[in-house]
Amino acid sequence: MVISVASGQGGTGKTLVATSLALSLSADSKVQLLDCDVEEPNDHVFLRPEIAGSKAVSILVPRVDEAKCTYCGKCAQVCAYHATAVLGNHVLTFPQLCHGCGACCYLCPEKAITEESRQIGVVEWGHSDALGFVQGRLAVGEAMAPPVIRKVKEYANKDDTVIIIDVPPGTSCPVVEAIKGSDLCLLVTEPTPFGLNDLALAVETVRKLGIACGVVLNRVGVGDNKVEEYCEQESIPILLTIPLDMEIARLYSRGIALVAGIPLSKSSFLQLFDKIAEIIDERSRSPER
Amino acid sequence: MKEVVVLSGKGGTGKTTIVGSLAALVERKVLADCDVDAADLHLLLSPAERQQNEFWSGQVAHIDAERCNGCGLCQELCRFNAIKDFRIDAVSCEGCGFCSHVCPTEAISMKENMAGYWYISDTRYGPLVHARLGIAQENSGKLVAVVRQQARHIAEEGGFEYIISDGPPGIGCPVISSLSGAGLALLVTEPSLSGMHDLERVLGVCRHFGVPAMVCINKYDLNEENTRQIESQCLSQGVKVVGRVPFDNVVTESIVQGVPLVEYSNGNVTREIEGMWRRLLMILTKGGKT
Repeated sequence: MVISVASGQGGTGKTLVATSLALSLSADSKVQLLDCDVEEPNDHVFLRPEIAGSKAVSILVPRVDEAKCTYCGKCAQVCAYHATAVLGNHVLTFPQLCHGCGACCYLCPEKAITEESRQIGVVEWGHSDALGFVQGRLAVGEAMAPPVIRKVKEYANKDDTVIIIDVPPGTSCPVVEAIKGSDLCLLVTEPTPFGLNDLALAVETVRKLGIACGVVLNRVGVGDNKVEEYCEQESIPILLTIPLDMEIARLYSRGIALVAGIPLSKSSFLQLFDKIAEIIDERSRSPER
Repeated sequence: MKEVVVLSGKGGTGKTTIVGSLAALVERKVLADCDVDAADLHLLLSPAERQQNEFWSGQVAHIDAERCNGCGLCQELCRFNAIKDFRIDAVSCEGCGFCSHVCPTEAISMKENMAGYWYISDTRYGPLVHARLGIAQENSGKLVAVVRQQARHIAEEGGFEYIISDGPPGIGCPVISSLSGAGLALLVTEPSLSGMHDLERVLGVCRHFGVPAMVCINKYDLNEENTRQIESQCLSQGVKVVGRVPFDNVVTESIVQGVPLVEYSNGNVTREIEGMWRRLLMILTKGGKT
């Protein structure tokens, strides 16, 4: 079972939900937490995992052998990202723009292009007590998060482990890469106009991918009730509410997971999981998805 | 003309609240919302849309089933797993066009992709350039570039002194696009271990692209020990802390009312943001003379 934890707006509590859900379940079942927020991975702050290994994440970029190159310009012509250019008797490559599609190398008539690895990040794995843990980190100054996210997801266990994915904020390609293939996506939001606006965008994203979703409403107490109204209108279940509580905020600031700081909250996360399992089960039995 | 971009690394630290307040405080400026994935600034500024423009960017492969002979070469070569059973998964397709170049029966063509909209609007605080990236689209960095280009154009034409832009969270493509070549980055952080970790990374991005950075610690009283640590780390790196804003529910109330915080309240939070802008202004104008 794959559960992703996302939100349009940042800072609504994805990390809080992902870490506490994972920790609550890991006492009795096999659970693995994948931190796919590779631009700003924070789950490790709360889990303090023992890192068992790491591997560079690279993409393949072209390397031109000028001895073989006839400056025909084919590579520049086929590159959709303008990552190669031919000027007279010079070939220039711009590795930062390259998406690593491999077209230039394959299509070069002189076989003058080979591919070499360029590191854009790292993937690390380990565990925090019984909880399996994988995270990706995009290198500072690098633009492309999706290849790092893809690599993190390759480390997901293929057996009956419950996989929980912490997703980056937003609605664009890194989010899609992270939530693709999930059985359910939890959308964490807060009861404000910002929370509502970005929740609606996140809902559109998961619907486009055909993924079931449920809402976690965080910091209930200030704000308005428009998110509840929206969820009712759109028939999206609110699976958990978390109150606005300075104690929760202070625990968070010190890097303490909610279920570690307030052990009583564990039952809420176990209930959340039961509701998720029920939705996934229902969906798998209904003929149309 | 000076461009100030507000970033944070971690989301939800208060970028939009700060930019909304600067909208009300700063004179002679153009506003830009560079968070094209999940734009929120318009919710505080009640913009009247003057112009809507389509944003065409990138391409998506399309397979003509009648010409396809099922050889499978495209599927074998695609590195983005975007072709399954001789059909393109438009969400996974990165528009590289490799498949279209190699298809032996020329069954694959590349179609232009409408990836979102950008807008020029009037607000009572000045012109606002904002955008909406289509759901699940790529090229957010390019759309950010369009927003900034338009904001600069308006600022030059109208003789505006400042561009204040609300940046996206993270450190990747749209952040780099918001930051490169800007005059100053104002980094809004919070005194949580996550916020501090993320601040470190976004400071790294500012250094990488040579943009001077200043820090605002929002909700500083949530954990004063962490706040002191941020201050000492900034000091050791030569980064100025220009604002310390206390936690107050009045911030959420102002968002619910849909008005910039400094117009909603004249309490401590507002006074601190006003003080921060005075300090920033001194730095910006001094910088201009040298």
